[in-house]
Parts: sequence; structure tokens; C-alpha cells
Amino acid sequence: MLDSALEILRLQSAGEATAVEIAGAALDAIEASQPTINAFTHVDREAALSAAAAVDAKRAAGGRLGPLAGVPVAVKDVLCTRDMPTTCSSRMLKNFRPPYDAGVVERLRAADAVIVGKTNMDEFAMGASTENSAFGVTRNPWDTTRIPGGSSGGAAACVAAGTVPLSIGTDTGGSIRQPAAMCGVTGLKPTYGRVSRYGLIAFASSLDQVGPIGWSVPDVALMMQTIAGYDARDSTSLNLDISHYTEVLSSHDLRGLKIGILRESMDRDGVDDSVRQATLDAADVFQSIGAEMVEIDLPHNDYWVPTYYVIAPCEASSNLSRYDGAHYGHRTSDLSDSDKLGPLVTTYCRSRAEGFGDEVKRRIMVGTYALSEGYADQYYSQALKVRRLIKGDYDAAFSQVDLLLGPVTPTPAFPLGQKVDDPIQMYLCDLFTVGANLAGVPAISLPAGLDASGLPVAVQLQAPVLEESRLLFAGAAFQSVTDHHKRRPS
Amino acid sequence: MTLSNGYPAQTVIGLEVHVQLKTETKLFCGCSTTFGAPPNTQVCPVCLGLPGALPVMNDAAIELSIRAGLAIDCSIPPMTKWDRKQYFYPDLPKGYQISQFDLPICADGFIEIPDPADPDSTRHIGILRAHLEEDAGKSMHDEAAGRSDTRIDLNRCGTPLLEIVSQPDMRSSAEAKAYLQELKLRMTHLGISDCEMQEGSLRVDANVNLHIEVDGKKIATPIVEVKNMNSFRAVERAIEHEVDRQYDLWEETGKTIDDESKTTRGWDDNAGITFLQREKEESADYRYFPDPDLLPIRLPIERVEAARANLGELPGAIRIRLAQQYGIKPYDADVIVNQGPDLIAYFESAATGSGDGKRTSSWIQQDVMRTLKDRDIGIGEFPVDADSLGKLLEKVASGELDNARARDVFAHMIETGQSVEAAITALGIESVDNSELETLCQELLDANPQVAEDFKAGKQQAVGSLIGQAKKKNPNANPQQVRETLIKLLQG
Ligand SMILES: [Zn+2]
Repeated sequence: MLDSALEILRLQSAGEATAVEIAGAALDAIEASQPTINAFTHVDREAALSAAAAVDAKRAAGGRLGPLAGVPVAVKDVLCTRDMPTTCSSRMLKNFRPPYDAGVVERLRAADAVIVGKTNMDEFAMGASTENSAFGVTRNPWDTTRIPGGSSGGAAACVAAGTVPLSIGTDTGGSIRQPAAMCGVTGLKPTYGRVSRYGLIAFASSLDQVGPIGWSVPDVALMMQTIAGYDARDSTSLNLDISHYTEVLSSHDLRGLKIGILRESMDRDGVDDSVRQATLDAADVFQSIGAEMVEIDLPHNDYWVPTYYVIAPCEASSNLSRYDGAHYGHRTSDLSDSDKLGPLVTTYCRSRAEGFGDEVKRRIMVGTYALSEGYADQYYSQALKVRRLIKGDYDAAFSQVDLLLGPVTPTPAFPLGQKVDDPIQMYLCDLFTVGANLAGVPAISLPAGLDASGLPVAVQLQAPVLEESRLLFAGAAFQSVTDHHKRRPS
Repeated sequence: MTLSNGYPAQTVIGLEVHVQLKTETKLFCGCSTTFGAPPNTQVCPVCLGLPGALPVMNDAAIELSIRAGLAIDCSIPPMTKWDRKQYFYPDLPKGYQISQFDLPICADGFIEIPDPADPDSTRHIGILRAHLEEDAGKSMHDEAAGRSDTRIDLNRCGTPLLEIVSQPDMRSSAEAKAYLQELKLRMTHLGISDCEMQEGSLRVDANVNLHIEVDGKKIATPIVEVKNMNSFRAVERAIEHEVDRQYDLWEETGKTIDDESKTTRGWDDNAGITFLQREKEESADYRYFPDPDLLPIRLPIERVEAARANLGELPGAIRIRLAQQYGIKPYDADVIVNQGPDLIAYFESAATGSGDGKRTSSWIQQDVMRTLKDRDIGIGEFPVDADSLGKLLEKVASGELDNARARDVFAHMIETGQSVEAAITALGIESVDNSELETLCQELLDANPQVAEDFKAGKQQAVGSLIGQAKKKNPNANPQQVRETLIKLLQG
């Protein structure tokens, strides 16, 4: 069972498999899946095997092993790794090798995880389909004509393909939960500030958060236990004790828990029947194990997507201005006809024109416009005000209920290319997910069934800030009485 | 001031002063701020703006900014925040500068300066704000041998700067200079900045224009911002040049502030002229927005008040106190205060020991400061401590040593580091008692009867010729005492 971290840990401690054998199996599976799924931008067999050998040696010597000892883990290519390229799936950073590890990567190494490689994504985490990658699209293991979701498409697909049990994704507007939903795996977006952003290449700093993807809640809880916690190098990191995520999973009795179902948002146009039905079915399951279900509404729901698509591009336009062709990353080699602007401005313009893909350019332009003099009040400042209202909605809701239940995506995975030329349709994929990012609350995507054509459908639970353990507790209870998360693509 | 066509005109000057804060490490990372290191050796992912790196606030810079704000009578708001100022520049690795836009750390202060036009009054120069920001790097253009390489040194990236923006309250280059001197004095006195213009730790931009009264209506000439001045003298000269240039231009073209927006000019120190750098056809749009990587900073009133309590006496107050307490001239007090806190402390303790403030002040300004300058050292490294100087001058004040002998002793103390007593002994200086002195003087009078006669004839100065002889016979004889003893003997 290469798809359960807990099982991998058991195999090793029982002496039934070594870390090297497990890493070898994962690497072989990746190699076999890469031509069809293309979940990885970089795989380092040698480094992974030597990390695994170090774990075996440590075990043989009776040393203390970390909580993820010998577990193969894939990392989204937006997190800095000292020994591997970090590209953000962009031509701009095609050859970038950071001189340092991201905080999360440090923690994974300290936990003795075996990092096998970096996963494909929408360029700079901008997209909902992993089609905006300079290194080719990633395909959905359930149906390779379809998208895996985005932007952590590679991170979800490599788990769904059974190549690694756990991966690290990032979620700015739903980028962990949405691909997890479309790939039939479990993905958690933690509270903003719960996991260090140090070494996470910024898309929209006030929204970005790092989180785990795996098949089951207990695996996800295990990784969350490893990556969560304070990091003094990230000023927005929360200096608070972390919960014992793995210890809350034993009880499957939800009596006393009140869950609000986001009924109104489900009944929107464009929401697939399979998604609506899966949510209603999940509500029945929660009720059957003791939860009290009530209907609830987040009044400013309609403003989530527009607010997000002002704030995120504004921050992105600023965060991406460092890619100017001068310091690192792609620099144009074409300075012909630079007389008009001068060589410096020409370097900036051409390096950026060549280095960035269309979606990134689109968002830089939107953000630059929305922050510019005369428009900032109309767009950016207005969006910040609405963001406060959205947070207020969450506060009001969580004064009545413990968790919120709703869909993750409006539809199951759609065919590759279907929305690639229609940015607005693509942006609506984030309909249900961006609220958690705007409010900073944690949320989890749980597999909740298959649609008529056999594609995964999921539900989302959201909790008040820092209540990841509540999500994991309810999610584990759900998975203890359902088998949606046990289905595998054929 | 009157233009050649008869209209009265007033010069209007506002200064933007960048002061580099004296922190050990940079504003948002742990890199050293030491000046002069080899290029790109004091850098890390944060100050290089590497992808994924994040800024972390250096609290020492906040503390120094609060002190600076209090020193220029600013208010310190309870909350301040960080904003990003976006522009593309090769020395700016992130593509934006972390600065402060609408909530600066210091607001609304002032400085009183002596009025250069009237020594008995002062001028009140308003301060609009002071905000904290990170410095950019440095480009070095190498155009040797037909190449046009630009090398970038990012050591300076992220160094904390406090930008102090004055109101346009200055009316002459002399006032601008006085303002800068007073500002520099306060910043160095409080240990906020070294204010070394050569090292770039104090940088000045001057906004200059003229207000001309034409038929009872005030007309303003277009504002010019002069950048890159590396001495106070340059600031003065640049302003004077700019005033002349703007007069001439207005007489020639009649262009006012409504016809032309602000332009940026550089200063050529050799040629003594300003030159056009940038015409701002439209004002730059920096697209400021709050930096999402840094939380707003709360500055509770308790913290500000604690800083105020720790501020100590400011130079202006010290100047007045020294003059009163030690009976020295305001000019001398000014000279001492301008040397900084260590020399002030040295003066105070030496003056207390000597019991003679005037003498101490004059010795410090002449003998001590000359030695410091010759040896290029600070008062902390001066071999004669304040107590010893006090003791030495006390002996001069009591007549135990004359000035010339005291200088010998002082020179010996500087050379050897000996105490006053040891130096006196080493130099063989002994005090001469009265009977010994009387014997010596009587011998001289006996040998020189003419002197006694001249004296009796009313020529008191005749004894002067014997003082040198007395000194020759006994180098320890105090000339003043010799004179007094001779007169006493002659008057019988
Ligand atoms: Zn640094």
C-alpha cells in the first residue's frame, strides 16, 4: 500500500520493508506515470534514495526517527528546495536553484520524510487546471483527457496516481482543495499563518497558505502535525501552540457538533447535480453519526470571486515584479532595437514578455491597473472593505455553528482545454473555495462520491481559525463510515 | 530680495533628509550594515529579494526612529504600517521598496534654528513627517575600454533609512544649512545615525522655488528637486545657484508652477551648477499598497513615553545649561556641544574638577581638540582622562602652576599617560615656597640696583626684566609670584 503514509510507517517498523525499497517503488511508479500524468517537474532519484538510505541507517543504528521517516513526499514546485530546481512551472524560473529550503521543506527533512521531487502546477500558482504550466499539462489519473484541477494539480495527481502517499500543495484561492476534489483525494488548507510561508514563492501573500494532500484524513493529519507551527522568519506566522492533530481522530461520534450546510450557494447556476447530491448525501452521513445539521448562509457569497480577483492580482503584480531579468531567472538575449527604450527597460520588458505565460501576464495587468492612481480606491480599497464584510459573515456563521459544509468545486474535472480560453469560466471554479482564503479560515476537501462518468466529487468543511483539529476530527469520522476516499482510479 | 525687474521675491526651500539609522543589522534581515565591505558580501535571500524570502522587522530600527521623532518634536502615532512602493530599478531587487505611505512612524514636528539674518532670534522650521524605509543597492557603471558594464552591489539593500521631510519653511541657503546642522547634531548626539555624508549615511534632496509678488499677487516658479548633494556646502551652493537660475528663467520665460510640474535636477559640484535629470511629465505612480508580508506595528503610549524618558538632554538644552552652569560663552558652549555627548561629558567632569569652567573650556577647545584632530582619534581614546585634566587645571587656577608649565605637564601626560603628580615629579617641577622665593628675589634686586631705582621713579614695569632671570635660576618659580614678591620687597 504505497498510498498510506501510516501503512508505510508500519511496514518499516515491522521490518517488512525498508525506506529504500519504498522510495524505489515510489520512484518507479512516478517514472511509469510521468508520460501520461506528468505530475512532476523534477524528480531526483539519487537524492531520494540516499535520503531513504539515511533513514534505514538511522533505524538500524537505533536512532530516533522523525514522524514521517521513510515516507515518500512530493512538494509543489512553488516551495524552495536547496537541492532541486524551483520553477513555479514558469519559463521565468526554469533554471532557478534556491540557495535555501522553505520552512516547510526544512520541517519535512527534519521529520525524515523522503522528498522525491517537485510537482507541476499552474504557473506561479495562477489557475484552476494546471494547464498554465511551462512544462506541459498534468492529467487527471481518473481520466487522462481531463484536467487534475489547479493550481496544485501535480500535487493532487501524484497522490491520486498512487505514486506517493502525501504531497505538499499551496492554496491561495482553493488550489489545494479544488485539485484534491477533482482527483478524489483529501486536501487541507490550514488557517492563514498556521504554516510558515518562508520559502513559498509568493503569489498573493495575504491569501497563500501551504497544506497537505493525501488519501485519508489520518495521513493528512500526520503531515499537518509536521509542517504546522511558528516560524520567526515569516512575520505573519502565528506564534501559538499547535494542536495534536493526530490525537483527535479516534472518536467517530459527532454528537454535540453543529454543522451549517451552505444550501443557498449550492443552488446556483452552473453547479453540477452530482456536486449538489454529494453534498446532501454527506450532510445525511454527518447527521447519522450524531452531528446536528442546520442551513446557513454567508450573505456576501456573491462577492467572493470578484473580491478575490481584485486582491490576488494586486498582490501578484507586486510580488512578481522582482522577475525583471536583472537579478536571476530568465533574461532576454534579444536587445535589438532597444534604442527607443534603452537597454535597461528593453531588458525588463522582453524578459518579462518571454518569461511569463498569458495567465500570469493577465493578472499582472489586472493588478497593476487596480492599484494604479485613480483606480486604487475604486478597486483595491473597495475589495479590502468587502473582504472585511466576508470575514464578518464567517464570524457570524461560526457563532451559530461549529463547521460549515458545502461543495468544493461547481463540477467534477472538466476536459483539458475546455475553459482555457475563457478566463471568467475558469475563475468561477473558485466559487466555493476563495471565501476561506479571504477570511483566513481552515478548510478541508473530502472525497464524497463519483459522478455518473466515474469522476470524483467532493465536499468541503470549513472551520473557525485555528480549528484544524475540528476539521480533521469531523473528516476522520466521515471517512470512518464512508468509503469514497478508498476508491482508486483504474 | 528684489528681482531686476523690481518685483519682490522670496526663496522657498523644503528639505528631504535621508538618515541612515545606526543599527547593527538591516531593516528586515540579519545582515550587517557595516560600511565598505566587498560588494555583495553582506547579503542574504531576504535583502536580495530571492523568491520566497520574507522580511522580518528589526525592532532596533523602530526604537531609533521613535527617538529621532521625539528629538524633532514629532508625535509618534499609536500605529504605523508598511507599504510597498513599486518601481523598476536595477538596484531594487524586489521591484518594490518597503516604505511607509499614509501612516509614517513620526509626524508633525519642528526644529528651532538660530536665524542667520538675526543673531538674537530663531526660526521655526516645521517637519511634515519622518518615515522609515529600506535602502536600495548601488550600481557601478564601468565604461572602460568601450564596454558599458554595470555592476550591482546589493550590500546596502535593506539598510534602514529614516526620511525626514521638512515643511517648505526655509527662506535662504543659510537657513537650510543651519537646519541641516541642527538636525545632524541631534541625530548624532542621540546615537541615531553617524550622519556621514561621504558614506551616504546622510543624504539631502532640496526642493526649491521662488515666490514672486507681482502686482499684489503671489506667483510661484516651478518646483525643482535637487538631488545627490554630498556636503552641506554643496546644498548651500546648489540652492544659491538654483535661486539665481530660477530668477533668470522667470524673467526670461515667465513660467510658473502652473505651467510646469516639478523637475529633478542633479548637482555638479565642480562646475557649480545644477543640471536637468528627469522631467516628470506626469508624476510617477508608485502604486503604494500595504505590504501583506508585514503586520502593522503598534506603538503603545508606554513605549513612546519610555523612549522619551530615556532620551536624555537635547543639545539645545545642554548648550544653555553649560553656559549658565560653567560660566562660559554661548559660542564656547556651542563648540563643545557640537563635538557630541562624549566630549560634553569630558568637559563637564574636567570643569567640575578644576573649578574653572572658562579655563577648562579654553583648554579643551585649544589643547585637547587640537590633539584629537592631529591624531585623528575620539575623546574616548584621549590619553588624559577628564579627572586628570581637572586636577591639572585646578593647579593652574590656584597658581600652583603657570600656564607654560601646565602645558609641559600636559604634553608629558599625553606622551606617557602618567598622572598629574607623576608628570610634575618627572619634569622636576617643585613648588617654590615663599621664603625661598623672597631670597631669590632679594638676590636679584641686590645684583640689579638700577631696577630698584627705576621702580622708585614710578616705572613699575622695570621688575619685568628680573622675572626672566628668576625663571632661569629656578625654573619652578611662578612668574606671577615672582612679580608680586619683587614689588612687595621694593615697596618695603
Ligand atoms: Zn540580508
